[in-house]
Formats: sequence, structure tokens, C-alpha cells
Amino acid sequence: MTDGPSDPARAGTEAVAGLLRRRGEQVAQRWADLPLFQAVFTVTRDEAVEACHAVVDSLASVAESGRLEDLEAPGFQPIRQQLAAMTSSRARSGLSMSQVDREVGALRDAALDLLEAETDELGVEDTCEARIHLVTLFATLRVAVIETMLQENQEIILRQRQQLLEMATPVIKLWDRLVAVPLIGMLDSARSQIVMENLLEAIVEHKATIAILDITGVPTVDSLVAQHLMKTVASARLMGAECVISGIRPAIAQTIVQLGLDLSTVTTRATLADALQWALGRDDGRGQQAVRGQS
Amino acid sequence: MSQTSAEPMRVPIRKDTDLTAVRQQVRALAQRVGFGLVQQTKLVTAASELARNTLLHGGGGAAHISVVHGERGRGVSVSFVDSGPGIPDVDLALSDGYSTAGGLGMGLSGSRRLVHEFDIGSGPGGGTRVTITSWTDSLPGGIR
Amino acid sequence: MTGDREDPLPGPSIPVLDLGGLLFVSIQGELPDDAAVQLQEDVTAAITRTGSRGLIIDISSLDMVDSFLARVLAEVAASSRLLAARTVLVGMRPAVAITLVELGLTLPGMATARTVTDAAATFGVTISDTVREERNAT
Repeated sequence: MTDGPSDPARAGTEAVAGLLRRRGEQVAQRWADLPLFQAVFTVTRDEAVEACHAVVDSLASVAESGRLEDLEAPGFQPIRQQLAAMTSSRARSGLSMSQVDREVGALRDAALDLLEAETDELGVEDTCEARIHLVTLFATLRVAVIETMLQENQEIILRQRQQLLEMATPVIKLWDRLVAVPLIGMLDSARSQIVMENLLEAIVEHKATIAILDITGVPTVDSLVAQHLMKTVASARLMGAECVISGIRPAIAQTIVQLGLDLSTVTTRATLADALQWALGRDDGRGQQAVRGQS
Repeated sequence: MSQTSAEPMRVPIRKDTDLTAVRQQVRALAQRVGFGLVQQTKLVTAASELARNTLLHGGGGAAHISVVHGERGRGVSVSFVDSGPGIPDVDLALSDGYSTAGGLGMGLSGSRRLVHEFDIGSGPGGGTRVTITSWTDSLPGGIR
Repeated sequence: MTGDREDPLPGPSIPVLDLGGLLFVSIQGELPDDAAVQLQEDVTAAITRTGSRGLIIDISSLDMVDSFLARVLAEVAASSRLLAARTVLVGMRPAVAITLVELGLTLPGMATARTVTDAAATFGVTISDTVREERNAT
């Protein structure tokens, strides 16, 4: 459009753009053999070359726009999508973030090699200028990749947390109108909330008169957890069901006493088996006699 | 994103039956914003407590209900405004078991536990304004 | 102009049913404050009239119980007890129970049951499921 770029920086970015356009095929061919592309496009090499082409073209258009350090430059959008898929696939195969970063960094070296080869045509000064801009462009690319990976990780963490919350709190129907929740792992506020809601919903669903909350698998009980347990028991009682807490290990029993927590309004049993016996014994006279006869 | 009710919906609180209207409007917005059943119930109950306070202590007033947007996603915010005598000692009024109207003394203190944000502004003679807000993002930490 | 009695939707009062020795009250939907207060009078009157020893209050259709209604329920139970009738609260929904507990209202003196059948059983009255089964069979 303009005749003869007077601005040296502008000239440098255009040299980079020119290089990427001219040598696009060579760059793509070299990249296709790098682990980043090779590992992702395992079926055919052509596929990898094609993907490389797309990235080279996008980088060239970023260079043409002159916004080498701008992550929001339009050319970076398709690269982000492309690389997001690739890097997440690399990450899934067990690579750390710095390993993926190194693989992305390797792309730069291939492009720099091709620039060296053109030194004779471009002249030393212009080559140096172009080199600086090329390095800048790839630095921005690395930032874009890292940012994409972090976003991806964030989503994975959120998804897994949700899955964990849902999976880790099954409600089991043990007997007619008797349900139990075996709790495993640390109880935080969010999980306690879900445990409580699941248990109370199950009480409605099974018309349960007794619910057993088994905390055998809970490593520690602090005052917050104890408070949640007591709230669950109180809610169940309001709904017309009795809630027993079982699986209180000796260490936890001591902690509860040391913390000064009053669980006297709550029925507790040492083991799930004890709680079950208690529940069945309570439910009908025959059960009670059988239990008494045993012990 | 969507521009749901940029200006708050105003529900007057002048008599017993107005409390029903407040509860219904709060429930409707909480549902629209996507609250779970428990969170809906907590917010509606808190609103019911505070609306009754507005009626009994403030001599009537109004509830301003709106959908809000913030870091924690979407939320529902309800302000109860009256021009009554105000609350002379806010800290005392917020303590469990404090009651002036022969209730169970859990109205103010209890409703604070049912929502994410609770803001009270009152001076003797200056009327009372209580604002409660709950957010859709109740995952981390649960509702405290 | 129009007084407070204009509201057409909520019924004027909650019916107190006499099921042969047991009183049964089912609270439905939104409850205006005056109807809640009226309930207390109606229940005590019905207990005196029928000599019932039990009162079952079904709140399974309530989607909210605030401290006002909780107090009304507690007072109904307390005044019934003075007339030698025991009150059992039936069918509270999970979200309502969680909210009440968070409010600090655990209704310690109130007997509760999951279903009306369970509540009746505590009075030695059997509401048999077989009645329904027989009906379905025919």
C-alpha cells in the first residue's frame, strides 16, 4: 500500500512477514518433524504439514499487522485454537508445562535457521532487525500457549472438582427405609453441603426413618466438619428421620472431646456395623432381640 | 451478558399479605438466575424474615429486588427500606436470640447466615436499609 | 375502600380434620400470617371439642418455613400439649429443613415423622398401605 517503508521497525516486521510467506513451505516441513506436531498428528505427516502451514500463515498475518507483542492481534486467534488443542493433548500425555513450552520454543529455532540462510539476500543489518522481530513474535506465541494451557488447566480443575463432589458422596439404601452415606476423604464446606443435600434427598426418596452417616474414611474432624455433621443430623430430624453417625475412630473421638464439641444430642456408634445393628434393633422388636442375643 | 432487570423491581410492604408477594418475586428471580433449590429457599426465607422486620419494626416500607452481576457469577440482591425508628444498636440486633417483636429472635442474625452478603445501614430516626445478596457460585466454601 | 379481606386466592382458614381420635392439618402453599394465627385457635378448639390425643401437621407442600411460621407451629404444639394432645410434624422438605437449621431453629421440642402413616403409627393408629393395594388390585 505505502511506497517504501521508512520506519525501520515496520521494515523489520515486514521482513519477518515476507520470510514466513516465502519460506512457509520449508518452515512447515521442518516443524512437522518436531515433537510438538509429530506427537499430535500421528496418522499422516501431511496432516502435520497442513497444521504447520496454518500456524505459519497466522504468524505471517500477525507480522503483517505489526502487532508482534499483542496477544489480541487477529492472527493469534486461529493459532490459539490450534495450539490449545495441541498443547492440551501434549499435556494429557503427561508433559509438564515447561516441557510443552520448550517444544513450542523449538519452533522458533527452525524459523531462525531459515532466516540465517537468507542473510546473503537480505544483508546483515536487515537480517539482524528481522531476527529481533522474529524472536519477539515467538516470545508472544509462547505466552499465548502458556495462557491457553493455564485456561485449559483451570477448566479441568473445575470440571474435576465438580465430578469429585458428585462421585464421592453416594447414598446407599441398606434396608427398607434405612439409608447410609459412607464418607471418604476430607470434608470441606462445599462437600459437606452436598453430602447433606444428597442424604436428605435420599431420606425423602426412600421414606427413610433412619440415616447412617459413616465417617470411617474421614481423616480428621475439625469443629467446622463437626458443625456440618450436627446440622445434617438436625435437618434430618426436622424431616422426621433419625441420623446416626458411625465410624468414629478413637483418635477422632478424642479430638471431638478436646475441641469441646458437644455431640451429646447426636446418636453415635463406633462402627457402621454397630449403627446397622442399632438401626435394625430399633426398627422392629425381633431385630432387637436378635441383636441382644448376639452380644 | 443478558440485561435482566437493570432497575430493581419494587414491592411495597404495607400489610401481611405483601410478604407473600415479596417471597414470590424473590423466588421467581432466584429461579431465573439459576439458584439450586436449597439456595432459593435460603434466600426466600431470609427475604421473608427481613420483610417482616420492615413491616413490624419499620412501620412498612418496600423491597427492591434485582438481578446483579459480579465476580461470583449472577446473583439476586434484595434491599429492604423503611423510614421507621431505625435500629439503635446494630450489633445487639444482630446477635442470636435478640428479639423485640416477640419472635424467636432469629430474624436478623439468622437471615445473615442464609445469604452470601448482608449489609445493614441504620441510625436512630434515620430509617433502616438492609441489603442481602446471594450468588450463583456457591461451590467454593459453600454458603456461609 | 377494600380492606385486608380482599385476597381471593388463599383460603380463609386451614381445615382441621378429625380422623376418629386424631386431628389432621395439611398446610398448603403460601400461608398468610393471619391464617397461621387462626390455625392456632382452630386447633385448640378442635382438640377441646373432639378430645383428640394427637395432632398431625403435614407441611410437605410448604416450600418455605420462616421464623414466624416456625413459632406458630411451636406454639400450636405447646398449646396442644396443655390440652393433652401430642403434635407430630410431618413431611418437611430437605431445603426447608436445611434453611431452618441454618436459621438456628431446630424446633427441639417438636416430634417429627417422615410420613403421615409413620406419624399415625406413633399414636398406635395403623393407616395400612394394603387398603391402597387392594383398591389397585380390583
